[in-house]
Amino acid sequence: MLDVLTLVTGVAALLLAAWCGWAAYRDQPTKDWHFIGMGVVSLLALVQLVVGIVQLARGDDPEQGTTIFVAYLLGAFACVPAAGFMSLAERTRWGSVTVAAGGVVLAVLEVRLYDIWGG
Amino acid sequence: MAATEEKPARARLIGGPGILLVWLYGVMVVGAVSRSVHQIATEFDRAPLAYSLSAVAGLVYGFITYTLVRGGETARKAALVCCAAELVGVLTVGTWTLVEPSAFPDATVWSDYGMGYLFIPVLLPLTALYWLRRARTA
Repeated sequence: MLDVLTLVTGVAALLLAAWCGWAAYRDQPTKDWHFIGMGVVSLLALVQLVVGIVQLARGDDPEQGTTIFVAYLLGAFACVPAAGFMSLAERTRWGSVTVAAGGVVLAVLEVRLYDIWGG
Repeated sequence: MAATEEKPARARLIGGPGILLVWLYGVMVVGAVSRSVHQIATEFDRAPLAYSLSAVAGLVYGFITYTLVRGGETARKAALVCCAAELVGVLTVGTWTLVEPSAFPDATVWSDYGMGYLFIPVLLPLTALYWLRRARTA
């Protein structure tokens, strides 16, 4: 369950990065549709956070330690919303670049989460 | 009175590409600080040098992020100095980890020029130095 979520969230994050990268390439700021996309990716990260905590509560143990696992889950959840707020403050193509970078960072976090969980 | 006059004159450092720099520096702050706090709290004796260096890196990143957000000429100069120090740090520690791996039983943020962080630690100060120098003329 968690591995599937990690994969889906990682792929969604990369798609978001490509989409916002495309907007930046066309010299556009992030628009409503982009924010809906960010919402979807953030929702996936939230579900992942909840599922991860439930797995911990049921007694499963991450390979590289519970603290690191929870820290990465929280970081993954905060990543895209933080970038989204910064793109609200910067209504140029550079706001789009920031969200694209946020998507890449989230994808990296998902790879790390996969390792930490020991999939 | 001086404060109110100073405020509009303060050059913004986070407009345009600056916002991307702030974001990447913010990510590095979270990464370096949380990593070093955890490592120092749980296994400091294993690699004291490496973990201390990560903590220092986190502090430097934090200060640069603050100066970028604050803006203004003084902040710009302070950020320039810190970015130069950061670059020297990455290059020194990067070379050090390659020449003398035994001094580092565990990796730091700056090990192998920041390879574990997609080389962002070495690319970021170069980009920031370029951006901060350009911000003066703008």
